[in-house]
Amino acid sequence: MSQTYLTLANFAQQAGVIFFMTIFLGVIAYAFWPKNREKFSSAAELPLKED
Amino acid sequence: MSIQATSRSMSANEVAWAIAAAALTVLTLFIASKATNPFYAFHMIVFALAGLAAIVALGKRATSGVPAQAAQEINGKPNYNYGPIKFATVASVFWGVAGFLVGLIIALQLAYPALNFDFEYIQFGRLRPLHTSAVIFAFGGNVLLATSFYTVQRTCQARLAGDIAPWFVVLGYNLFIVIAGTGYLFGITQGKEYAEPEWYADLWLTIVWVAYLLVFLVTLWKRKEPHIYVANWFTLAFIVTIAVLHLGNNATIPVSIFSPKSYIVWSGVQDAMFQWWYGHNAVGFFLTAGFLAIMYYFVPKRAERPVYSYRLSIIHFWALIFLYIWAGPHHLHYTALPDWAQTLGMTFSIMLWMPSWGGMINGLMTLSGAWDKLRTDPVLRMMVVSVAFYGMSTFEGPMMSIKAVNSLSHYTDWTVGHVHSGALGWVGFVSFGAIYCLVPWLWNKKIYSMKLVNWHFWIATLGIVVYISAMWVAGIMQGLMWRAYTSLGFLEYSFIETVDAMHPFYVIRALGGAMFVIGSLIMAYNIWMTIASGEAAESADAGKPALAPAE
Amino acid sequence: MSLWNKHAIFEKNSIILILGIIVMISFGGLVEIAPLFYLKSTIEQVKGVRPYTPLELAGRHIYVREGCYNCHSQMIRPLRDEVERYGHYSLAAESMFDKPFQWGSKRTGPDLARLGGKYSDDWQFRHLVNPRDVVPQSIMPGYPFLAKAELDADDIGQQMKVQSLSGVPYTEEMIANAAKDLKAQVNPDDPNAAGLEKRYGKVNVRKFDGGNNPAKLTEADALIAYLQVLGTMVDFKGYDAKANYR
Repeated sequence: MSQTYLTLANFAQQAGVIFFMTIFLGVIAYAFWPKNREKFSSAAELPLKED
Repeated sequence: MSIQATSRSMSANEVAWAIAAAALTVLTLFIASKATNPFYAFHMIVFALAGLAAIVALGKRATSGVPAQAAQEINGKPNYNYGPIKFATVASVFWGVAGFLVGLIIALQLAYPALNFDFEYIQFGRLRPLHTSAVIFAFGGNVLLATSFYTVQRTCQARLAGDIAPWFVVLGYNLFIVIAGTGYLFGITQGKEYAEPEWYADLWLTIVWVAYLLVFLVTLWKRKEPHIYVANWFTLAFIVTIAVLHLGNNATIPVSIFSPKSYIVWSGVQDAMFQWWYGHNAVGFFLTAGFLAIMYYFVPKRAERPVYSYRLSIIHFWALIFLYIWAGPHHLHYTALPDWAQTLGMTFSIMLWMPSWGGMINGLMTLSGAWDKLRTDPVLRMMVVSVAFYGMSTFEGPMMSIKAVNSLSHYTDWTVGHVHSGALGWVGFVSFGAIYCLVPWLWNKKIYSMKLVNWHFWIATLGIVVYISAMWVAGIMQGLMWRAYTSLGFLEYSFIETVDAMHPFYVIRALGGAMFVIGSLIMAYNIWMTIASGEAAESADAGKPALAPAE
Repeated sequence: MSLWNKHAIFEKNSIILILGIIVMISFGGLVEIAPLFYLKSTIEQVKGVRPYTPLELAGRHIYVREGCYNCHSQMIRPLRDEVERYGHYSLAAESMFDKPFQWGSKRTGPDLARLGGKYSDDWQFRHLVNPRDVVPQSIMPGYPFLAKAELDADDIGQQMKVQSLSGVPYTEEMIANAAKDLKAQVNPDDPNAAGLEKRYGKVNVRKFDGGNNPAKLTEADALIAYLQVLGTMVDFKGYDAKANYR
């Protein structure tokens, strides 16, 4: 296998790990951000709301 | 004329739909007149008749005095649109029974090949796609249409967008089902698993699907609540992703517009990758995301408590849709697909275990503090057992995607067992639960018999257990027999010996399937009686189950 | 106007949600599928793979129509028992002209990737008509109607043309002679038989019914012509497995 392929694959793997970890941490932060707590708990009540 | 006092002329909206229907009729009649294949001509005539029926229905809508635009609110409360939902609910019961029955027939054909009758239109090779499409797309699809239209209205406190469009989505989708299903019997197929419908059916589905997305999206825009409830996230992901997958895996060129046959633009290994990118995400987004939306609305509603953790549901959502899309290559382990792609598929499939179980925990824990309801409410019990089956098959799946395990399980009935623990246990039961909830809510009646729901639950549960145990034993035995060697280093069994060894398990499997069919017939009877003659529910209690003890 | 503005924000949210979904589902597809089109190593370098002849293509259509893929795979994995049972493991190159691919996912019956030449035409014919005549424990459906149905392949040239639009190397000459080539393949004395072999290379030319049904060109002939070519194209003597590892 050629050197350029290995270099490229290496780079893609490392960049991928960083990129995906960032997205993952972003989602976690969004879900657990204290400011969002109230918004989410009111959203969770939506199915139980009767009209 | 005086008796038609409420009659009005057609609205611009109705005229536009009628013109589209007329165009469809003319086009399909023209194609039918020149079709190279009689079955294709028949399908075109079906389309033409559907177009004519649509024109008549639109005319009647105007003359019978249905207002051109329904009121958005009545007495300050949203005027929910239940008509299309009722249709989809009844259709789902019908297609469910039909699809399970065809499954039973092909199970028996495998045990007793004489049941193929050497008759081309009902042979295993043509009935098997009919079974898979009938249960996934006809039964499952109608359940998803009904539940998603119900959930989006109730959680947005807004009437479904469009007056005719929701009917077009529901009826157009069922027309697609009829065309696709009869096509298989006629031998009209693309030969790609779970994507067998030919180009013209695919094209029609694309139009219907875009309408579905628009109705759903515009209803979201009309909402009075600031937040989009998480069930609607899952539905939106389901609609959008299925659209992408459908287009990618059905990129075909028809031989001519007068021929039902088309050829896919991909070939060989690339086609295989496209197919299982599609195939596995039909599982991930149709059979999982869509039905998780049901879980996130119907379980809290039925248990009368909010979902266990809304934050977990957000992480569940993003992790699930991100990871699922990678898992396709685990269907192609050790094939001519390059190793790097197989490894990626395996890695992501194993990671997928985590969000799947996150979702399961979220569903189950919603009942914390209300576990006693399982004893008294068989509908809730059905949904909870479905979530348990979801947990089981999403553990089994990642395990089977490990290459070493897959080398044994692939091509065997173990895969069939795995699929059915997910399909019968998870998709089937959560759908039954939703149907048993929806019918009383939509028709404002008490369910005819909670006792029959109980019977349905126990017969079907037992049937599933019989089915999947038979397939586990059959599959693992088959895999081991294929790779068995004698002490002299020769393969121990000829292939036909391994076929012969399957016979008892195929019989047991058919028995399990028969129990599941019987359960669904009980449901159909119960639903029929509820709608036809059920007791009216007091409006305040409309959503509450009549209780029956567990037996 | 202010109400409209409020709505606009809500609408944006659902659009943002859709965009988020599309972004999230794009990674997997792009990373796994796109390289298969540009990495040269995806399809091995081999000699002998050619597009199907018109008759084989018509037979393949019947294979697809009857849903054979529901029970038969065409993909031998590089595992000891499979290679010993079925033959050399399958290469990507062997299905490079297959539209659609028919690798399958279930072996209710045996793998067919290297079926070509394993059994006689007579065996194949009788097996299709009634599988239990030749394999008593078989659970395969019988296909007697294939032996009766006359092969309808009027648009075979058009079918080849459509395939050539997306990568199958059918030449204009092949497409123009499709109908003649189809007939020539079942009759070694046909004046076109030489032309057929010139256009396609190694081709089985004979009536494929094993002498059971000489009068008619049936769907069974086409299907057997297809089955008899499966897995026979590549010359494995010149195949370098190490160079093609990927």
